[in-house]
Amino acid sequence: MFVPEAGVAARPFFERLHDWIITVDHKKIGLMYVGYGVLFLVIGGIEAAIMRAQLAFANNHLVSPQTFNRMFTMHGTTMIFFAAMPIVFGIANYLVPLMIGARDMAFPRLNAFSFWMSALGGLILYYSFIGGNGLYGAGTAPDVGWFAYAPLTAQAFSPGHSTDYWIIGLLVSGIGSIGTALNIVTTVFCMRCPGMLLRRMPLLVWLNLITASLVLIIISPLTSAQIMLLLDRYLGAHFFDTQAGGSAVIWMHFFWIFGHPEVYVLVLPAFAILSEVIPVFSRKPIFGYNIMVLATIAIGFISLGVWAHHMFTIGMTSYANAFFVASTAAIAVPTGIKIFNWLGTMWGGKLIFSTAMLFCIAAVAQMLIAGLTGIMLAAAPFDWQLGNSYFVIAHFHYVILGVIVFAVFAATYYWYPKISGRMMNETLGKWHFWLFLIGFHVTFDFMHIPGILGMPRRIYTYEASRGWEIWNLIVSVGVIIQIVAILFWVVNLVWSHYNGREAGNDPWDAWTLEWSTSSPPPDYNFAIVPTVRSRRPLWDLKHPEDPDWKYE
Amino acid sequence: MAASSIALKQPEMPLAHELKGRVGMFCLIAAESSIFLIFVVAYLFYAGKSLNGPYPNEVLHVPVFNSICLFASSFTIVMAERALKRNAVKVFGIWWLFTIVLGAIFLVGTAWEWYGLIYRDHLTITTNLFGTTFYSLVGLHASHVIIGLTGLTTIMILTALGYVSQEHENRIGVFALYWHFVDAVWVIVLSVVYFIAR
Amino acid sequence: MSLEGGAASVARSALAVTCGAWAGAAHASLRIEPAIPNIFHPASTPADNIYHLSVFVLAVCAGIFLTVFSLLVYAVIKFRRRKDDDGSEPPQIYGSNQMELAWTVIPIVIVFVLFLAAARVIHAVEDAKLPANTLEVTVIGHQFWWEFQYPQQGFITANELHVPVGSGPNGAPTHLKLLSADTDHSFWVPQLAGKTDLIPNHPNEMWIEPHQTGVYVGQCAQYCGVQHAKMLLRVIVESPEDFQKWVTAQKNPAAESDNVAHGRDVFESTACVNCHTVAGTNAHGKFGPDLTHLMSRETIAAGAATNTRENLRAWIKNPDDIKPGALMPAMQMSEADIDAVTDYMRTLR
Repeated sequence: MFVPEAGVAARPFFERLHDWIITVDHKKIGLMYVGYGVLFLVIGGIEAAIMRAQLAFANNHLVSPQTFNRMFTMHGTTMIFFAAMPIVFGIANYLVPLMIGARDMAFPRLNAFSFWMSALGGLILYYSFIGGNGLYGAGTAPDVGWFAYAPLTAQAFSPGHSTDYWIIGLLVSGIGSIGTALNIVTTVFCMRCPGMLLRRMPLLVWLNLITASLVLIIISPLTSAQIMLLLDRYLGAHFFDTQAGGSAVIWMHFFWIFGHPEVYVLVLPAFAILSEVIPVFSRKPIFGYNIMVLATIAIGFISLGVWAHHMFTIGMTSYANAFFVASTAAIAVPTGIKIFNWLGTMWGGKLIFSTAMLFCIAAVAQMLIAGLTGIMLAAAPFDWQLGNSYFVIAHFHYVILGVIVFAVFAATYYWYPKISGRMMNETLGKWHFWLFLIGFHVTFDFMHIPGILGMPRRIYTYEASRGWEIWNLIVSVGVIIQIVAILFWVVNLVWSHYNGREAGNDPWDAWTLEWSTSSPPPDYNFAIVPTVRSRRPLWDLKHPEDPDWKYE
Repeated sequence: MAASSIALKQPEMPLAHELKGRVGMFCLIAAESSIFLIFVVAYLFYAGKSLNGPYPNEVLHVPVFNSICLFASSFTIVMAERALKRNAVKVFGIWWLFTIVLGAIFLVGTAWEWYGLIYRDHLTITTNLFGTTFYSLVGLHASHVIIGLTGLTTIMILTALGYVSQEHENRIGVFALYWHFVDAVWVIVLSVVYFIAR
Repeated sequence: MSLEGGAASVARSALAVTCGAWAGAAHASLRIEPAIPNIFHPASTPADNIYHLSVFVLAVCAGIFLTVFSLLVYAVIKFRRRKDDDGSEPPQIYGSNQMELAWTVIPIVIVFVLFLAAARVIHAVEDAKLPANTLEVTVIGHQFWWEFQYPQQGFITANELHVPVGSGPNGAPTHLKLLSADTDHSFWVPQLAGKTDLIPNHPNEMWIEPHQTGVYVGQCAQYCGVQHAKMLLRVIVESPEDFQKWVTAQKNPAAESDNVAHGRDVFESTACVNCHTVAGTNAHGKFGPDLTHLMSRETIAAGAATNTRENLRAWIKNPDDIKPGALMPAMQMSEADIDAVTDYMRTLR
């Protein structure tokens, strides 16, 4: 599709568009997921920029409180459900079948259905801007915060339909998420090529398997809670109706039973990317493959038992609080193990600082910092001060931007050649990296400070006397630098499509099965289904005198 | 490429493609179990917390007949699968029909129970916490029975039209898994609603 | 735009400390600038406990960061591929069980120690036994203001919490019972204690034991609706004697002044009385703040504006000008009536 051959006329535009709309090819669906996610990443970024512009100065009047509250609600909801999750699912969709030597996912039609359901969910959510009052004051977009605490979401406090857009948009996309997760799990279990035992799968496949398994069990609590909320709002049920004896706290439990594992759903695929890219640019296999798998399984299980660390301030007993301190701190152990293993991979290697590798190294360092601020928040009394403040916002953006988005950038530089057949421009890439690194740190390092100085989250303005203004200004300036950096990336993506150097099958001298196909791969992936004997089948081919299967 | 990686012994074969239907269905069951679990948790959490009646021990009566029918339908569906395995399509059709009938009796029985609760006992979803959690949990289960019956009926029609034979045994088995799941959920719901939290 | 350095804010808080006396109406226009609500400047026992724990946690995290980050930097420099590299692959190491064991066991130990440290403080704060002379205050969160009931003394006020110094002779800690009239809120005054949420149908409690007099600011820390941002908190810590004087003044019914009779009439005949209480009159509304001693407060609209005549008048005329989305409606009164009501309010010391 991307490299038109000389002498062959390009097919008409509508025919190609139709191809994409009705496709069941995992590669095209994967790219649609990623494209959709990147589109919403930009939209969510605009929402963030509006907030940062409003907060740059004390007592600012750039937007009304009603609009600001819609901005933070939509920003959070968009970024998690319509930017990060689609990108994560898209990368898994594209790479998992290729890496296990399969020709497609287990259920190609379900794959397409899941994508379109997720897409529909996003459209429903965004229709809220123009439904109702139209764009003035941001229409009837939801303004209850992305975790929509009860009873603020009851009809009494949120009349109209803004909350309903939030509920229904997410319910619909949740169906898509479960479909994709089911597909990934089944594909990994049932579609591997001969010789591809579970212990020989690339780590990206393992981590996406664990991610998909998590998705299967955690999206449902959110779905259930949203069904309950709809019943409350429209059929007079009392699930979260405190006047009738209902509990606002149980919404929090249900939401965070979803919400905490959800962040691992987002971060494990980022770890997957790091685990593929770092070894190739260190010229060594991943350090401690078995432990990496076990640590990830441990993270998956423990993540189901930490949710109430989002609820340290709601008045649980000291025993409950202590339990969640223990479980939350415990999850630091397998996470730390991963950081050490990436370090161990680089140690003793021959590091090549391609743009993809630079993003990975920064992501590892940033994961270290983000993990440590997480430890601080895990100490419940410390969280009694820092919780629901800008310190928490700084912490989770450190993970989401500093680790996940950095890893996604690394993934684009690494796999773009495979997807399009062209190399991305390294000069533009380096500009992207350094500018984004600086912008990221200007914004999110300094964002910890207003939290320490008492600034809570979700406030549309603040008093000048609080001493927060200078820090907010610096944070907002960093956003401008990040925007410039992203422009370098976008320009690179487009420019390279037309002018990039031809990539060939295996531009990075890598070792997993996707590099054995042409770039881009044919629709059917593999003409002959491969047979493998080790974790690095291409290493075995390139080094027949020293194959991996002798040592595994 | 494949040629040079062929080892001297046969390569180890991972899990076969034919199992993908079952694996996929287990994944769906996992996700659905999670949905039900949250509604069960809500039911247990709110047990005894209603601010006013009617209360469960006043109005609930164990739906013995309905439950027997639903559990029996799991048995009949297994008999149907066995019949199909030996290509006895007509026998399969008869057991399949029994399954639908038993499932339909369960549904009608549930509707009858609800009719009584609403009009005789004045218990609705808005009456109190018991009403809220009862109708939502039992209703969620009933909606899954409806989905199951829809699938069962579709397969019934296809069988009657002659499209179903032994080669579809695997797919029928995958669908039967869903029906067994619906049954298993009823075991939980029955225990929690009519016994434990009464 | 305020570019206060640390020194300036310390000086300011010193000023607040030495000017601890707070005598109500006469000082209504004197703004004592409270300190920046820095969690690392604790002024009360629970905040102290948290502070000490946080210093410990920070030290441990700093140690971990320095160690691991140095190793990362070292690796990036030492193992970079050199320009004259021969293209050979480095030794293909698959892992090391000893290293894995080491970097599993050491983090487990660190995590365990942190857990113990945190559990101790959780217990010390949550399960503290307060003395018999503890002051009881019931805090009820509303959209978008704070109601403070003093059940032992028998009066109700709003938005500005007065408490005595916690230690020393006649000092007593304050126990806060936290309730909500509508959505979730959170009581956060960083220098006094960690935050605790106010959740309807879920009573919570917390306590503070301030060490010295002063004014401490905070605000609602759980998103509660459109004006969450301006649901501010002011805690005025006074010497026990000054606190008693304040209590005595608050227990009195509203001051009655003849020359605001017209204003009082307008107040009582417009819907104001449906929401507000003025003790000793027929205004018994509970939806909005108690106004009996409105002039004893430094701010209005839960901290959204200072308590000056112009601000008060603007608030009465159209609350949305100061706090857009606040639940107090503009009563569409004539300018003369607004002036009259404002003058009446200004007599409520």
